[in-house]
Amino acid sequence: MKLVTAVIKPFKLDDVKDALKAIGVAGITVEEVRGFGRQGGHTETYRGAEYKIDFVPKVSLSIVIADDVVDSVVDTIVSSAATGKIGDGKIWVTDVERLVRIRTGEEGADAI
Amino acid sequence: MRKRALRIVSGLGGVVAILAITPSLGFAQDYVPTTQDYLNNLWVFMAGVLVFFMQAGFALVEAGLTRAKNVVNIFAKNMADAIVGILAFFATGFAFAFGGDGWFMGTEGFFLDGLDMAAIPEGGLSPATTFFFQAVFAATAVTIASGAMAERTKFTSYLIFSAVMCAFIYPVVVHWTWGGGLIADIQIGDAVFSDFAGSGIVHMAGGVAAFMGALFLGARIGKYDANGKPRAIPGHSIPFAILGVFILWFGWFGFNPGSELLADEFVMTVAVNTMLAAAAGGLFCTITIWIVAGKPDVAMIGNGVLAGLVAITAPCGAVTPLMATLIGAIGGIIVVFSVLFFDKVRIDDPVGAISVHGVVGAWGLLSIGLFSTYDDAFLGREDAGLFYGGGFDQLAVQALMLVIIVAWVGATTALLFGILKATIGLRVSAEEEIEGLDVLEHGLQGYAPDMAQTS
Repeated sequence: MKLVTAVIKPFKLDDVKDALKAIGVAGITVEEVRGFGRQGGHTETYRGAEYKIDFVPKVSLSIVIADDVVDSVVDTIVSSAATGKIGDGKIWVTDVERLVRIRTGEEGADAI
Repeated sequence: MRKRALRIVSGLGGVVAILAITPSLGFAQDYVPTTQDYLNNLWVFMAGVLVFFMQAGFALVEAGLTRAKNVVNIFAKNMADAIVGILAFFATGFAFAFGGDGWFMGTEGFFLDGLDMAAIPEGGLSPATTFFFQAVFAATAVTIASGAMAERTKFTSYLIFSAVMCAFIYPVVVHWTWGGGLIADIQIGDAVFSDFAGSGIVHMAGGVAAFMGALFLGARIGKYDANGKPRAIPGHSIPFAILGVFILWFGWFGFNPGSELLADEFVMTVAVNTMLAAAAGGLFCTITIWIVAGKPDVAMIGNGVLAGLVAITAPCGAVTPLMATLIGAIGGIIVVFSVLFFDKVRIDDPVGAISVHGVVGAWGLLSIGLFSTYDDAFLGREDAGLFYGGGFDQLAVQALMLVIIVAWVGATTALLFGILKATIGLRVSAEEEIEGLDVLEHGLQGYAPDMAQTS
């Protein structure tokens, strides 16, 4: 099992969700997060004084999936979240040691 | 020209007259009020209700333009202004303002003692109506300082300021003007002072107190970087702030038209002038900040609308609709540069109260000397403004009045804040300021998450 974590532009969330549901992904957890990458922050003015927004709002998706669908899930996120402009975000994949469905107690692939 | 003498005696001054004639409670009400008299009192009451609602507007503007960690403290201070302000004005404020005709202040009618509250004089207001309307004005005058002193003032010290402002400092200003004292006695040529609803008496007085408060407190931690360059500390809720601006705008339809103190044909001309000046203030503030900062900063535009309102508060009974628009527009431009100026000279005013009420209040007061053309504002003559052939007399009286009010409020509030700073302290500790005033001053979070609860 793998955990796919994707940090994307907030307005792309619906597109990504629809694309993932279309390829059979059963569940997604999202969080509103803030951060910066190569895009960096930007400077704004408030009542005439400057301030810097270093951390730009993003949405983070966490998806636990079986090993054999990792590539298709990652490819789907890339194609549905991309705008081609700076700040599109990142995706990373990590191993999941144990997975439990709380309601039934099922473990492993059955719990996905 | 119309009704000036009548209104001074029967309106605000009526209280003085009643006191003078009948110092005891045994006032025989020979006069049977007419429907018009009841209408007058009812209208001024309704206007007072609108003015009272401005407290909600002030609270929202101030809360919106400051940080979430201080939101409880902001609302607490605004509640205190209403609670303490009304009681202080009841205890001594009203007596100092209207209880006698000495040049300095009145001395009769503490706790409204000895007043026949229900007695409506011919063509005027009962003491009850007058007190109600004046008390909500006093609460407005004191709450102006709250925003400039936000996010760092010790709550106890603020309460003391609030009480002294409403019990003594502001009532003296009122006595000198609407109460017939020092400033009301000034005459240059044919010109006597005019401040229809209080650009100077209420707003500039509040703005000067706000300035002294911010000066004695010093800037918030983090407001200036190591080189002394001002940094923005964005407020936590623009929706709060702008809703507050709309509530204040709404309340101002009581503040200015209610100050007619009668239900007559001039109420609506005042209302129209008020409406136009607010819109013009907003528009020209938008243009100005867009040019200066590159974006139409809505937090500043809110200040612009309020600046238009403050500016027209004095001249709303003496200028044409077009000139009201111009006066509001100039107010909206002034406020931008004033906010930038005070930021630069390290007077940290989180909400722009000094600029909106103090600086633009002064502009409103002076604008009478330039633009007044008819007299629904106790001017005693038509065309008193410089641009209408009235010469410099009116402008001179307005300027003198400005200097006297600034000197009085500046000196007394400086003394008060100085004493507070030297004794119980005016400012919270650095730890408390960084942590936020809500939990440490009030034991409460403004936005506590539900999951912090155990059941």
